[in-house]
Amino acid sequence: MEKFGASFLIAGVVTFFLGFFLQGVMPVLTLSSIPTRTVEEIAQNVIPQFEQLAKDYPEEFARYFGQVDAASFARALDLGRDTYIAEACFHCHSQFVRPVSNEDLRFGPVSTPEEYQNLMNLPHLFGTRRVGPDLIRLAGLYSNDWHAAHLYKPTNVAPYSVMPEYPWFFDDDKRPNERGLALITYLQWLGSWVEEGDGGVTAP
Amino acid sequence: MQVAERSLVNLALVRWHLTASAIFMAVSMLGGLAYAFQFNQLYPFPGVEWLSPGRVRMVHTNIAAYGFIANAFIAGLLFAIPRLTNKPILSDRLGWLIFGAWQLVLVLTVGGILAGYGQAVEWGETPIFVDPLVMIGLVLLVINMSVPIFRTEEPGLYVSLWYFLAAFAWTGLVYFMGNYLPQFWVPGTAGAAITGLFIHDLVGLFVTPIGWGLMYFFVPVLLRKPIWSHALSLIGFWGIAFFYPMQGVHHFLLSPIPMYAQYGAIVATIAVEIVVLTVIVNFFGTLHGRSEAVRGNLAIRWFYTGMVMYALTCLQCAFQVTLTFQKIIHFTDWVVAHAHMVMFGVFGFWIYGMFVELWPRAYGRPWVAPRLLTAHYWLTLIGLALMVVDLTGAGLVQGFIWRSLAHWGDSVIASMPFWWVRTLSGLMIVGAQGFFFYALWATARSPVPSRATLPVGVATEPVG
Repeated sequence: MEKFGASFLIAGVVTFFLGFFLQGVMPVLTLSSIPTRTVEEIAQNVIPQFEQLAKDYPEEFARYFGQVDAASFARALDLGRDTYIAEACFHCHSQFVRPVSNEDLRFGPVSTPEEYQNLMNLPHLFGTRRVGPDLIRLAGLYSNDWHAAHLYKPTNVAPYSVMPEYPWFFDDDKRPNERGLALITYLQWLGSWVEEGDGGVTAP
Repeated sequence: MQVAERSLVNLALVRWHLTASAIFMAVSMLGGLAYAFQFNQLYPFPGVEWLSPGRVRMVHTNIAAYGFIANAFIAGLLFAIPRLTNKPILSDRLGWLIFGAWQLVLVLTVGGILAGYGQAVEWGETPIFVDPLVMIGLVLLVINMSVPIFRTEEPGLYVSLWYFLAAFAWTGLVYFMGNYLPQFWVPGTAGAAITGLFIHDLVGLFVTPIGWGLMYFFVPVLLRKPIWSHALSLIGFWGIAFFYPMQGVHHFLLSPIPMYAQYGAIVATIAVEIVVLTVIVNFFGTLHGRSEAVRGNLAIRWFYTGMVMYALTCLQCAFQVTLTFQKIIHFTDWVVAHAHMVMFGVFGFWIYGMFVELWPRAYGRPWVAPRLLTAHYWLTLIGLALMVVDLTGAGLVQGFIWRSLAHWGDSVIASMPFWWVRTLSGLMIVGAQGFFFYALWATARSPVPSRATLPVGVATEPVG
């Protein structure tokens, strides 16, 4: 075998696909029974915080997103997610609650695959590090104003915070611009699908 | 001998890849250091959009992998493959094209990430528009490097070449899988499984096999004795090839990914740790009887220090992959310590050893300041050891505070002293590279010695 270089190339391909099947294709097949929802479908349920944004920052909201409707909500979600990625938020905030370490008591119900089977999670943003807390149960926990103040300079609301400041999400009057509004929308959407009371988790 | 080496190995290409590797190492390390200061609330560029800490973090990891490590590995391959096969690479012109394309990839990666086009794939944040260029570069590299292996008239392929060939098959597949599937086709939980596979395979199927292949080349050459056991080489290679590709999900344990995939990943991970022990044993068996080389030969010292780190990392891995450990240590600085011990403590150290050996050959000059190289070794090692111990401790503190349900801020405040020590360790490592860069620069700029005085075995002379 050591005489034939091709055997090592073939071994590489075969072992790669064996691992890819076991660790990639099989989870895909297991989860394929869950229907994948598009951003437009998700955006049919406009969250109250998005309507509140239109009241909090009427001028800016009208300029960048126009009316409160499913189309503008979808656009805000999309841009908010892209902004979240561009700033690498996912490197310091995870987006899944584990069934251990009292995480359900700290954050909320344990995550299920249904929650992520949608195009808002293409690419997924599970994250591997928590410098700050998990964000998948963030919806409604804080007001839009809190988020604005926090993104502008996190130490304003949490003096110990090591989160970077993001003044470029705001215009000269320190009011959120297009990316700022979109990011606040996205953050307020995370976990908005969790039912109150019994803590049931459904697809968004 | 010198003449034969010149015609067989393209030393100019080796020289340029090594130089590029050193430059991108500086970029990556300065990025990491700046990012560390963010955790002390002392970030040097607050409020500057294109130097935002999150973006700088992505530059730090990507340039470490594709700038520092990949460039140095290409230099190592350019040196090792022709010498093992007695055939030059397919085309020098293609080699230069790959060199240029790869540096273009890196510059576009830095620029793209800083401009806000990072991709949400850990270790693959290279912007989406750079990915096709990376794929083309990888394919060209594989063609250029594998042709001499297939043309060789040697009776059998040496261990290094097994690893290189397998890595050639793996690297392109891994890069395509990780950068395209979760980005365009596989959303959500299943996408996370594939991302986990990518994070893992980038280390396991690109960095690890090329790294070990280079060790199988450099260590016997420098020790002037064959590898201890051919049987252990076989077990190590086939064990790694079989078990390493099937453990990606261990990066997302206790997530919504189906549990059978998680359990499979855990079992395969523990299995591979046993397999890699055979590789470690093989190399220490090789060192047996020549152990004074660790004192006298700086390259060997770097290589074996890296191997000790490798053994520690793998031992740690076999424990931390269990769900018991995961409860506490996942999401914490423990993992950051682990990542630094692998990528820098093992592969970075091996690359330093290669620099010690190849830099004088590539520039045709002996080391000008060997004592600085010794200082570089000790300061880098102490800095990294401090970082690993510090962040591992920080991870335990964070994990237990989180489980205690104390306010989140308590875990941040409790981490601050650890983050100060981490910054200190980063300053030590960056400072050590100051010595290194001076030695590299002074050597490259020194007058060319006359042919008679050119020391062939430069790095085998006692250092410090």
